[in-house]
Parts: sequence; C-alpha cells; structure tokens
Amino acid sequence: MSTDVITGVRRGTLGTSALRPDAPAKVQGRFAFSSDLWAENALWGATLRSPHPRATVVSIDVSAAWKIPGVETVLTADDVPGLNGYGLIVADQPVFAPVGSDVLYAGQPIAAVAADHPDTARRALDAIRVEYRVLTPLTDPHACLDDATEAIHPDGNVFRHQRVICGDPDVTGVYQVEGEYEMGMQDQAFLGLEAAMALPDPDGRGVELYIATQWLHEDRRQIAACLDLSEEQVRLVLGGVGGAFGAREDISLQVHTCLLALRTQRPIRMHYSREESFYGHVHRHPARIWMRHHADADGHLVKVEARFVLDGGAYASTSPAVLINAVTHAQGPYRCPNAVVDGYAVRTNNPPCGAMRGFGVVQACFAHEMQMERLADVCGLDPVELRLRNAMATGDTLITGQVVRNVAPVERCLRETADIPLPSPLAADADPLDLPGGAGLTTRSHHVRRGIGWGVSIKNLMYSEGFDDFATARCRLRNGVATVKFATAEVGQGFVVLAQQIARSVLGVDEVVLDPIDTGIGSAGSTSASRQTWMSGGAVDAACQAVRNQLLAHVAAEHGHDVEDLDIAGTDIVHRDRDWSISVADATRDRDFDETVEYHHPPTEELDENGQGDCHVAFAFVAHRAVVDVDVELGTVNVVQIATAQDVGRALNPLSVIGQIEGGIAQGLGLALMEEIVVENGLVKNASFTDYLLPTVLDTSDVIARLVEDPDPLAPMGAKGVGEPPCISVTPAIANAVRNALGRDVWRVPIRPLELIENPVGSSH
Amino acid sequence: MTSTTPASSPVEHYDLRINGSDHRVDDAWIGESLLFVLRERLGLPGAKGACEQGECGSCTVIMDGEAVCSCLVLAASAVGSEITTVEGLSPKDGTLSDVQTAMMHAGAVQCGFCTPGLVVAIEHLLTQRPDPTRHEIREALSGNLCRCTGYGRILSAVETAIAIRQAERPAP
Repeated sequence: MSTDVITGVRRGTLGTSALRPDAPAKVQGRFAFSSDLWAENALWGATLRSPHPRATVVSIDVSAAWKIPGVETVLTADDVPGLNGYGLIVADQPVFAPVGSDVLYAGQPIAAVAADHPDTARRALDAIRVEYRVLTPLTDPHACLDDATEAIHPDGNVFRHQRVICGDPDVTGVYQVEGEYEMGMQDQAFLGLEAAMALPDPDGRGVELYIATQWLHEDRRQIAACLDLSEEQVRLVLGGVGGAFGAREDISLQVHTCLLALRTQRPIRMHYSREESFYGHVHRHPARIWMRHHADADGHLVKVEARFVLDGGAYASTSPAVLINAVTHAQGPYRCPNAVVDGYAVRTNNPPCGAMRGFGVVQACFAHEMQMERLADVCGLDPVELRLRNAMATGDTLITGQVVRNVAPVERCLRETADIPLPSPLAADADPLDLPGGAGLTTRSHHVRRGIGWGVSIKNLMYSEGFDDFATARCRLRNGVATVKFATAEVGQGFVVLAQQIARSVLGVDEVVLDPIDTGIGSAGSTSASRQTWMSGGAVDAACQAVRNQLLAHVAAEHGHDVEDLDIAGTDIVHRDRDWSISVADATRDRDFDETVEYHHPPTEELDENGQGDCHVAFAFVAHRAVVDVDVELGTVNVVQIATAQDVGRALNPLSVIGQIEGGIAQGLGLALMEEIVVENGLVKNASFTDYLLPTVLDTSDVIARLVEDPDPLAPMGAKGVGEPPCISVTPAIANAVRNALGRDVWRVPIRPLELIENPVGSSH
Repeated sequence: MTSTTPASSPVEHYDLRINGSDHRVDDAWIGESLLFVLRERLGLPGAKGACEQGECGSCTVIMDGEAVCSCLVLAASAVGSEITTVEGLSPKDGTLSDVQTAMMHAGAVQCGFCTPGLVVAIEHLLTQRPDPTRHEIREALSGNLCRCTGYGRILSAVETAIAIRQAERPAP
C-alpha cells in the first residue's frame, strides 16, 4: 500500500505487480481445472493406441469390448463423420487409423471407448483386438535426406526444406570455428494432464467442449471439420489449464471426446495419464546442427554457415514453422553480413514433434552460443567482449534481409548481466545440498570444478510468414465497472491479471470483471510465440481505448466541454484546464459503453527460396550467465547461479515477468542437464515422471534477474512478450559453463553424466 | 457428487475421516486410490493427479501427521486414519491461511496445478519444523514438482510464512 501512495500509482494498474484474480481459488484448491469438471451421468472416455512405431492395420475387432458391462460405445475410423484428419498446418494426422492404413508412430490412436468407470474403459481397450503387419520403422532423420529412402507417407519424408543465402557465400574469415551439435527431445511436461469434458447438445446436432488448450478457435476449426459440423455447432469453453508450454497447441483428445459424446448422447470426461500424455502430445524437435563461424582479425563475424536437421516425427504439426524459426535465427543476436544456412524438418516414425517454448530458436541458439564461446577462445577474446563487438542493434539487417526495427538492447543485456556479482567460491565446508549431486551423492570438494558460461539470444515474437494471428477483445463499461471478454487461453502466464490492469489504467475503474473465456467472441490467436501480451493485450487496450473515447465524447456532450479538453486521472474524468471533474462511476451510471476490437500486427512475408523476406513481426533479446559446479568423478552438476538481463520493453506486471523468467530458466536448465525423452527404434523408453527427469527445487539455482526496460514504440503499451526468451539462451549458458569447468568442448544437451567424468571406470588414473 | 460404480467389479463400503469429519464411501471399486476417491467420490478435488507414481507431489495430503502422495494410498486402506486435504487447511470463513496468502503475494502461483500440493507440503513442513533452514525448506519441497515458476517465488513465499509465524509466536 505504501508503495502505491508514494509513487502515485493506483493499485492494480499497469506497471504494478497486481495480484492475479485466480490466485485465491488456486491456493485453496477451488480453481476448476479441466480435470476437475464433472457432469451428471457422465461417462469416461479412453483411447486405444498403436504399440508399434510403423505397422499396417490389418483388422480391428471391437466385439469383445462391446460385451463388457458398463461399456457404452466403441469408436473407430469408420465412426468419424467428417474429415478423418487434423493438424495445425496440414490435416495429415488421422483421428483414428483406418484398417488398411499404416500407423506411423507408437501411440497413434486406433479406437476410443466410453464406459462407466476409468477401469472399465481400460479393460475395454484391452479387449479390442487389432491385427498389425509390423513394418521396419524409419527412425534416423538423416536417412530422410536420402532420396533412396522409402517414403513412409504419401506426402514424403521431408516436411520442409529452407535455405537462407545472404551476401557472399564464398567469403572466409581469418578465424574459423566449426562444430556439430545435438539436442535431445524435450517434453513440455505441464503438470495438468490433458483433460476435457464434452456435453452433447440435446438435439444431437452440436457439442460443447470444456478443454485445456492454447487456442480455442483453432481447436474448433479442426474439431468441426472432423465432426462434419459447422463451427457454430461446436462451442468451446476454456477449462482450467495446468500449464501448456506448446504441448496444447495441437489436437490431442478434443475430437475423440466430442465424438464419444455425440455418439452416446451423454457427457464424456476424458483424462490422459502421465504415460499417455507422453504419447498424446508433440514434443520439442530433437536436432542435429552443424555450424561454421568465420570472424576477422578483430573478432567481427564475417559469415555463418549452418545446416539443421530437425526430426519432426510422424506428422507435420508445426514442423515447417519450427524449421523457419531455426534457420532464420542461425546468426543469433549478432551482426553478420554473410550466411549460408540450410535446414530440413523431416518425417520419421518417431513421436511427432511441434511447438515447445522457444520453437526452433532453442535449437539454433544452443549451436550458435556454443560456437561463440569457442570463437572467443580462438580469437583470444573474453566471451563477453566477443559478443559485445558483434552485438546487434536497432536498424541492423538480418540474414533474411529483414531490418530489425524493434528496440534491440543486446549490448545493454550483456553489460547488465556482466554487472551482476558472481557467487562466492564453493566453501570447503559447504553443506552437501550445495554440492553437485545433493544429499544423495556425497562428493568431495577436490573433485568439484567451477565454470562460468554465457548465452545470448534473439527471439521472434508472434506468428511469422504472412500469418495474420489477430486477437479480439470486447470491453463494456457501466456503473464504473468494466467487463472484458476475450478468447485468450489463460494457461498460467497471467493474462487474466494483465487484462484487468489494462482496463483499470485506461478507463479509471477499480473493478474489472472478466467474462468466461470461450468461443463466444472472435479469436485471440494462440497462447504461444510470446504473443499474448502484445496481441491480446493490444486488443484489450484498443477495446478499452475505444470505450474511453465513447465515454469522453458522451461526457463532453453532456456537460458542454470540448472532448479534447477531457482526460481520465485516477478514477475521475477531469478537465485539463478547469477545476471540473466527474467520477467515471457517475459518468457511466445506468449507461452502457461497449466496443469490440480486433488487433492485427503489421503484415509479414513468406521467405523466398533463398530465405529472404520480412518474415517476422518483432524481436526480443536476452543474456544469460551461468555458474556451475561440476563433480568430475561422479558426473554431477550443480547450477550455482543464473544471472540474466532481459529486454522486456516495459514490465507491465514485474512480478509476472519475474515468474516467466525464473520458470523459463528452470526449463532451460532441465534441457541442459536432465530432460530427454529417450526413443529407441521409435519407442519411448521413459514415459513417466520417474524416468523423465524434471528439475526439482534442489536442481534449480539462484536466479538474479535485471529487467531491461526500454519501451518499444512498435509494441502496444511498449511491452514485449517475455515468455520464451528466458528458456532459450540459458541452456547454452549452462553448457558453456560446464565446458569451462571441464576444459573441453560440449556437443550435446542434455549433457549426460558419463560425458562429465574425467577418468571413467576402466580408464587409467 | 458420486462416481459411477464399475458394472463388473467387486465393490466396497467404508468410512474415511477427512478434515475432521467422517465421509461414507459407497459402492467403490476396491482398487481405487485415495486420490481418486477424494476427487471423484467425496467432492474434494483440491488434491491433483499429475503422475500416478508419487513423483510430483500434486496430490499431497497429510495422513496421520505425515505428508503422503494420495495417488499411492489405496483408499480402502486409509480407514481409521486422520486425513487432511488442502480443503481442510483453508479457514472456514473463506479467508486464506498465512501460507496461502504468502503464496499469492509472492507470485508463487501461475497455472496453479502444483499449488494445492505445495500448500499442504509447506503447512506440514512448518508444523514439523517451525524454523527450518534454507536447506531444510528445499529438501522438504523437493518432492513437489512445479513446471511454471522455477521455484524462486515458492521459496520466497515459504520465507514470508515463516516470518509471519515467528512474529506471531509469543516471545520465550
């Protein structure tokens, strides 16, 4: 309270750390997640999946499942009334694999059941007999580049090939650094598992779906096509979402749940288990990346060469878009006049990959930042000095020919991060929990090596390549209360509090009611690509500004003022020159003001065959410095400190921004040191939280964050999206710190314990 | 709120003692976990399921004074135990407990799926050890996964809650 009074900032407005409106219900356990929804007479849905990564479905016999008491329906491909396919870019993924077709990954849906109890449903799945003719899976992404390899799908084995050629492809630099890097398959691992409830319309000609998703309208488009219904006949309501991170951008159980509800004419609840969740959503693309950097005698970049192979798995999902993010971010946040970049996203019989926080830029950044650290060594420069010499700034031209028009404070991010004090050296009598390996693996300090590493990144914001990912918002004002409606998926990021802050600031109201988030208004686009603060925030701001204009015009006419002389100060409408005011509450007494606005970003272009074009909307930047302790005998790492300075434009809610930064860093730390879906011959070997390791509170480090605030004139309210940058360059920062500690190069993340050990068992000491 | 009984399985009837009162469980399949029975049969959805293996802590409840993962407890085996869920830690008047308030103000809540389990785990920690060290806090919460926050704001919330309780404690 004292802060508000001292600064003159009204509680809950833009720039304050306003508290999110859903927090009380969430801390009490009252908040309704999609898995908490319940309806009278509801049945449980469940999905049968292929155990084979590649096989022809010879026959499906569901008769035994029907005979189990409590089973209400069994559905296969024959029961899909509309298009038996979905997908964000291409509808190439079947709702259910038909008899005679090939399943292309282990976990592909074959059939679904509805039953009275989850255990009945499980037994019904066991009773379905599917005969497969097992085929040899294509699991090596590099084999897809060979024309001799048999196509596993009619669309071929390459989702997209894109090169970027810039400047003189033949120029060379005095200093050259070359390397081949590898990144494993990361899972988004949201805690709130896939869950939905579908309610059939009484007339059987429509359905209402309560769903944890990132983009209600895109889900609706795909669902309606599969159900052969119009979009108006499919209504979506956001069920409480327990995290997303990209994994809810694709269809998972949406179509299955609706089909079961329409067939049984009863409410259907469908929940994935953790194991099924690993099969039910797309993952981060595993990547193999070759890069060669050329620099002149002063360490200025002359050319970057790169080649990306991203394993997209069995179906397209967003692979084409992930690929262009990777190839267009190959230069990193550095000026580079020449480039030869080539990239492929390919189809294999591995699990499908698509969106995950960072979306292709994570892969590119890992490679270019490992390269920059090595280049600094070769040039004899400090790693920060090398990066400062090459730091991009506003007005620079990217390798795509696009000019960076946004605020681009790369130098400031680097300097502010470098100014953060380093942690104290590891004490000889340090608590075991402060040592690599923690309490369970006691180590001795003479095996521990400390290392420092850097990572810096550039990230595009919003969708690219000509896509108009607009956002819609409606604002109503009456009796001093604003009501805001949008279809923006709140997945945990805190858009609900931001929308309230915008309305309070623009309209001079304290009370802001949020309407239910559903398809009863136009699209908001996806909660992804760090885009909702900019896009939905822009839409809410524009709708509130439109209402404010209406209100001021009304008050001017009512009280005989010139509208130009009126302003809103605090919760009052005031005359700029005279001692006259009226409260917003009084001015809106029994009178409605109502505006709906679509916000569009400026159009972008598709890339041409040489990767040239203004394909991205905007960019944000961040620097990370990692300090690690490595036990070279046990192969364990303790991340001691992450220092970061992030370009946020303007921090509209500093507490929310810090939450994004700390949370993103933990995910990037997981990718550096422990998180990987292990796939062998197309089969996931660790589909559980026992075997897929996530950072706990003992694995994460102190984070010291500086917000670089330089409001971007191109962004609504000056604010950039902040969700993705934190998880991007922290991964190479940690890998570079490990490299620094070991005194040898690191080529792969996650780094495995064996790669850390100085003298593995069996080698001579 | 009741869940349907599976049509073809043996069923059980038993009583559970939860948040200070007795709850009758009728016609339940014997294989149901405490988590399932709390959520699906007794209308107490505060405990969340996220891993089914006792790895994530989202389903944490207090059972006879110990913090347990309710997904690993067979409901029918919890007869006679004193069980406290997140619903039982919220003051009856609709206000928030000191731990809940601290979580909210510290920014420890994003998606909120791990939050009820953490509220229970923190409450249990502070009951067992009113003045835990930084290491004890981290060790006590290492069984609760959070994918959104990176834990920084959660640790800050715990420190605030400890400070509030220390201030309220009568001087020795």
